[in-house]
This record gives sequence, C-alpha cells and structure tokens, in this order.
Amino acid sequence: MKTGARTLIEALQREGVDTIFGYPGGVVLPIYDELYDSSIRHILVRHEQAAAHAADGYARASGRVGVCLATSGPGACNLVTGIATAYMDSIPVVALTGQVPTGLLGNDAFQESDITGITMPVTKHNYLVKDAADIDRVVQEAFYVARTGRPGPVLVDLPKDVSTGRVLEKTPVPETVSLRGYQPTYQGHVRQIDKALDLIAKAERPLVYAGGGVVLSGASAELLEFIETAAVPVTTTLMGLGAVPGDHPLNLGMLGMHGTQSANYAVTECDLLIAVGVRFDDRVTGKIETFAPNAAVIHIDIDPAEIGKNKVVDVPIVGDVRAVLQALLSRMQKRGDTTSWVSRINAWKAQYPLGYRDDDHLRPQYVVEQLSDLLKGEGIVVSEVGQNQMWTALYYCFKKPRTWITSGGLGTMGYGFPAAIGAHYARPDLPVVDIAGDGSFQMNIQELGTVAQYNIPVKVVILNNMYLGMVRQWQELFYDRRYSYTELPPVDFVKIANAYGVEGLMVDEKAGVREALETALGTDGPFVLDFRVEREENVFPMVPAGAAINEMIGVRQP
Amino acid sequence: MKPHTLSVLVENRAGVLSRVAGMFSRRGFNIESLAVGTCEEPNMSRITIVVNGDDGVIEQVMKQTNKLIDVIKVSDLTKRESVERELALIKVAAETGPVRAEILQIADIFRAQVVDVGSKTLVLQVTGDTEKIDALEKLLRQYGIKEFVRTGKIALLRGAKTVKSSK
Repeated sequence: MKTGARTLIEALQREGVDTIFGYPGGVVLPIYDELYDSSIRHILVRHEQAAAHAADGYARASGRVGVCLATSGPGACNLVTGIATAYMDSIPVVALTGQVPTGLLGNDAFQESDITGITMPVTKHNYLVKDAADIDRVVQEAFYVARTGRPGPVLVDLPKDVSTGRVLEKTPVPETVSLRGYQPTYQGHVRQIDKALDLIAKAERPLVYAGGGVVLSGASAELLEFIETAAVPVTTTLMGLGAVPGDHPLNLGMLGMHGTQSANYAVTECDLLIAVGVRFDDRVTGKIETFAPNAAVIHIDIDPAEIGKNKVVDVPIVGDVRAVLQALLSRMQKRGDTTSWVSRINAWKAQYPLGYRDDDHLRPQYVVEQLSDLLKGEGIVVSEVGQNQMWTALYYCFKKPRTWITSGGLGTMGYGFPAAIGAHYARPDLPVVDIAGDGSFQMNIQELGTVAQYNIPVKVVILNNMYLGMVRQWQELFYDRRYSYTELPPVDFVKIANAYGVEGLMVDEKAGVREALETALGTDGPFVLDFRVEREENVFPMVPAGAAINEMIGVRQP
Repeated sequence: MKPHTLSVLVENRAGVLSRVAGMFSRRGFNIESLAVGTCEEPNMSRITIVVNGDDGVIEQVMKQTNKLIDVIKVSDLTKRESVERELALIKVAAETGPVRAEILQIADIFRAQVVDVGSKTLVLQVTGDTEKIDALEKLLRQYGIKEFVRTGKIALLRGAKTVKSSK
C-alpha cells in the first residue's frame, strides 16, 4: 500500500512534471512530505498568486502544462486570480489544492473554502477527489483536459484524508483518457475549407487576423507559409505577437485599441478577413458593428463556442489551427491577385510608422526599443499590465512564438514578475526580462524573495513613471486630467531589491539606458532596473472606448 | 424570442447541476424552467431546460453548455417533434358542497386527479403542457388557490428517435 500523496507524486511524474510552484500549509503536509525527497523540483514562492502565475508563465514559455500547489482556504483562494488569468488566455495549468478532510467538508472547518465552487467559472474543469483510489485517474484526466482542445486551467482539490489514504501499490493506470462529454474537433471540415479557399482565391484585399490560438497550436510555420503562399498581409492580436516575425514584410503589427494605424486601416478596408485562433475580443474590435465592415469573414478556431459569438461569420472552420492551415495549404489551387492591396498596405506602413518624441528625455518607448535591439528577439519578454504592456507590444520586435508572455484577457497587474520566474524554469537557456510599471511591480514585489533564494536570473525593467500610467492616461484624455488616486509616491526599488539580496540600478537619463540594460543582461542572477521615465507619456495610437478602430487618436495625419 | 426546450444529457456526478446553472447565470442566459433527474443510462442524468432567446442566443447557449466537460449531449427539442409535459399540484379552497362539485367537474375536464381531500381544501394533480396547466390554474383562481407548485418541463422526442450520448 502507498499513500494518496505518494500516488499523486507518481501520477505527476507520469505526466512529465519536472517543476511545481507552490506554498505549503496544513492540509498539504502529506504532499509536501512526499515532495521532500521526490525528483520533482519545487519552487517556493512568497504568495500563492505568484505560484499560479509562475505555472502559467512556465506553460506559455514551454507549451507544456504548468503546475502549482497551495493549501486549502486562503492558499487556494490566493490562486484564483492566477487561475482566472490562465483561463482567459487558454493556458494549460493544473492547480493542486489541499482541502480539509472529507468528514469536515461543508462544516466551515478551519481553512476550509469551497474552491471547486469558487473556481467553477474560471477553470476549464475541476475535481474534488473524495477517494484516494481516484487520484491516478483524476490527475491523468486533469492534464489531458488542460492541454487538449482549447487549453485551460484545471483544478484538483485533495482533502487531507485523501492524501493520507491508502492506495494499492500496483493499481493499473488506464493508457488513454476517454471522456464521453469531451471530444475536441481537430480536423477542419473539408467542405468549409474549400469554401474558404474559394473566398481566398477571389479576394482582392484579404487580411489575416491571427491570435493566441496560433501560438497555442504551434502553427507559426504553417501561418507563415500560408501568408507567403497566398500573399496575404497579417495583423496579430496582443496574444498573437511573435506568431509571425515582427519584421516580416507582410506583418502589419498589432491591431485594436492600441494597434498600428496600418493594421486598423487594413481591417477596415479589407474584403476578406481570415480570423485564425482569435475571439473578436472587444479590445480588438472596438465598436463591433464597424469592425471589418467590408469583409467576408472566415473564422478558424478549435472552440466552436467562439464562432459567431461576437461577429457573424461567413465560413466557420472548427478545428486545430495548425491542422486547418495545413489543410488549406495542401488544397490551395490558386490565389487572388493581391499586388495592389499589398502595395497600398506598404504605403500605409511607410506613411504611418509608430513613433514617439525622440528627444533628450528618457522615454519608455526608447527603453523597450533598446532592449529589443539587445535581445534581437532571442529572449523571453514578459510584461505586466498597462502602459508597460502596450509599449512592449508596440516597440519590441518579437520574432518567435512563446517569447512573449503577457496577461491579455484578464489584464492582471502583478502577473509579469512571477510569470517570468515560471518562464525561466521552462527555458533556462534564454534570458527572461519582465517589463514592468511601478504599479504592477509592487503587486507581486515579494517575489524578489523567490528570485533571490534560487538565484533566478530574471531581469525586471521598471518603466517607472510614479503613476498608474494607463489609468492616468484615460484620466488625462477623458476625465479632464483629474488624476484621481493614480499617483504613486516614489519608491527606491534598488534599495528594496538590495534588501532581498538582489542587485539593482536606477537610471534617470536617456544616455544611461543601454549600458544599464547591458549590465543587467550580463549579470548571472536577478536584476532590477528602475528607469525613471517621462511621467506623462501616453500610449498611442489609441482607439477611444466604443469607437470604430479606424477612429484613432494620437496618430500621424496623412 | 421564443422559449426553446433543451434536452441536456450529463454525467450523473456531484456538482453537475451547479456547473450548468452557474454557466447560465454567468453568461446571462435566462432559465424559464429546469428539471433534472436520472434517465435510461445508469451513470447519466437528463436535464430539461427551457430557455428564452433569439436564434443567436440559443446557439450560444447550446455551444457553451456543450463545452462543459460533464455535458454529454445537448439537443434543441423545439425544432423537432417532441412530447412535453409538466406536472403541477394545486391546493384549492373547497369549503362548501357546491364549490367542491364545481372544482371536481373542472378537474374531470382537465383529467386532473384529486390526490388529497381535506375538510376545507382539495389537492389536485395535473399533468400536461404549459398552456394546459396555466389554463387550469386560471380557472381555479376564483375559488382561492392556497398553494401551487409545478415541476419544470420534461420532454422526449416522438417516435423511435432518441437523444443519444454521442457528442
């Protein structure tokens, strides 16, 4: 006989888990006792929320399932923001939580919370294990559900008496998972694919709108081949950055609220929109009625519920993005003539490049550009949420998928730093940089303890404007510059880093940017860079809330 | 906007009703009625949900319901030939002989059964579609309805067709 906890560890090993991000507590003591001498590496974070974000960052950087572990009650509740973040961006995470013994369930026991009830709306599925004999099956199902179909987080709640319960030593484990209520569609319908090809052949002004689904399905090579073969320009969502190289001649950059002028104009002018692994999010579409008003729409997505949810679609194709793109490529007979469309787009790109005032001031865009120049798309860049995120999206040139990690759907401040920790364990061969704001960084600043303890070489680049910058920007533009509770007093981040045993540097001159970045990237361990940037710099272009996406402000006039 | 009757085959597991109902409320879908119980398969339950919405909303309702891992099959019975039934229990005031006689006569017309007789009340049991139960309730209102309870609608396809468990 072996314990439930032992069974759990063996089940995790069968799933190939090498790293768990977690925080111990009362009811997970049996699990921690098994972890103590297991081959699985456990990273002790300083707050459970960081464990969930780190598991998420690990998953995004590696394409594998990230795993986090917390105790019952407050521990489990602290995971919720991280689980919701993963859910909104379809990230495969398995969250393990301890629970009070089954006999006390529902009794308001010490550190009891109904975590399966609480996380029902933010997980793809969840389990409360009531019998140790179910652990093998549940863990296998949890990983299967998390990583297949449209990926997402799955929570497994383990009462203490289940962890200490007895399981037969040689319990057979089923070879495959079969869930009669869960059978994702991977291959696109041939008739729909041919209909799409018909539209593609006829289109004069086609445009690919690619998103996180391309990254999740590992379809970058296929997408690149598709746009080059069909000579179709591409714009990507925030989540899709890196799916196509940022400097590819057919790439228009990001679309939407802070999209490039050429991308947003192209969406408005195109006669065929090929939506690939996207969900027509409101931050992308602006006023939905005027989004791609002249276009027929092909929508490729693995989740049938996303098709027709926000926008009426002419050709729906349910399937794995990679498989569908392969089918499109293999069945493509002819393509439309897009020459004049591409030259029109090139004219927009030349006429409306991104830009900011390049003077002596230390501007945040400059910092991002310098980092982009130094890393050359070869590192992993993580962001927090707000202006720092948008400047990174616009001014960093992503060249490969899974090198850009950001909380898109939920927009979780405090996500970046712990996610960067997770990304490091997924790809220890790559430099990992978290681009932060002073507001976001302070939401999970305690993780300096984690990076110090394990000497995790994550570099934090703070674009410090002593404001909650994005909210301040909205207040400036739409609330008469009434900066209601968005100013943050200066913080000596270098001192805080030093107190944890982490190196840091403050930079308040443009001239010092490059050298400081080089110093940080050249350091073996973690590093905090505090860039005191121009305080009231704005993110432009910008589509005001509720406007059509070609109605941008802060743009270059023709 | 017309009511649709959805037949939802689910795993018979703890929390499954909560998953379905929670998804409806979270996404702002309006449940008119809901009935749940075991069915022909030992490990499954059948939930019959009546929901209001235009075609786009119903399509989303079905897709989102289907997405739940514990949901095996969702069918919209409204578009197909089906039998639909509700059951109601009505406690109606019947203090005097003539009133009693009238109520029994009405019950007879509606094929309702008297399932409890008290000195001052009768409890009628009636089955039928929504309209029939509404009509009986309306007629009995004049005598004074003391208590009224009805189940959610349940429904099955007519003929040999079934809502099978292949998703």
